[in-house]
Amino acid sequence: MNTSLLKKLTLAALCAGALFTADAALKVGDTLPELGGFKLEGKLPDSLQGKVVVLDFWASWCGPCAESFPVMDELQKKYQDQGLVILAVSVDEKAAKMEAFMKKNPVAFTVVRDAEHKLVAVAEPQTMPTSFVIDRAGKVRFLHNGFHGATTRKEYVEQIESLLKATP
Amino acid sequence: MKMKLLLAAGLAALLFTSGCVNVKPWERGTLSDYTMRADRTPIPTAQAQHIWFSREEATGGSGVGGGGCGCN
Repeated sequence: MNTSLLKKLTLAALCAGALFTADAALKVGDTLPELGGFKLEGKLPDSLQGKVVVLDFWASWCGPCAESFPVMDELQKKYQDQGLVILAVSVDEKAAKMEAFMKKNPVAFTVVRDAEHKLVAVAEPQTMPTSFVIDRAGKVRFLHNGFHGATTRKEYVEQIESLLKATP
Repeated sequence: MKMKLLLAAGLAALLFTSGCVNVKPWERGTLSDYTMRADRTPIPTAQAQHIWFSREEATGGSGVGGGGCGCN
C-alpha cells in the first residue's frame, strides 16, 4: 500500500462519515413521510389527508411525556371535529411498559409504538417528548422540543387554531 | 517510516475511539431507570457523605436531577 492510496482511503472514509452523519432530521418545511412503511405497532388513523396532525414522540420512562398527555387529550377532544388528529408514537423498547403507561394515562387520541425505531430514526427528535405540528397539506409547520406545561399548551392552541382555519 | 507512522496513528485512532457511543434521545430508557441513579439507596449515600465531610471537608453536590433520560 503506498501513501497516495492511504490518503485516498482516508478521504473516502471521511466522506463516508460525513454522509452517514448528515442531518436527516424531520424539520419545519419538510413533508411528513407516508407512515404505512414504518411497521408501527397499533392501528393508524384511516387517513391523515387534509387533517392537521400533531405527531408526538414519547416514552413511558419520560416524565414530561406523562405531563403532556392530559393536555393533548384535551386538545384532541376539543378540536377533533374540526380536523385535528393527534398521533402519539411510543419509542418504548418493551410493549408491556407502554401498555402499563396507557392504563395509568388513558387517552382519546391514537397511540402506536415504533418498535423497530424506524420512524424515530427518520424524525430524529432531539429530546423526549418532541412533537411536530403538521398542516392540512402534510407539511411540518411547528416543532416542540420537550413539554413545558402551560407555555407549550398555549403554543399548541395558537398553532392548531391557525392551521385549522387555513384551507389546504 | 511515514507509512508506519500513518498506520500507527490509524490503529491508535481505532483503539481510542471505539468506546464512544452516541446514545440517542429515544434510546435512554435504561439510562433513565431509577436503578441507574448514584444516590438511589439512602444509607450508603449518607455514609459516603459522612466520609467526605469528615475526611475531606467536602459535602453536597453529589445528587443529580432525574435519571439520564435528558427529557426536556
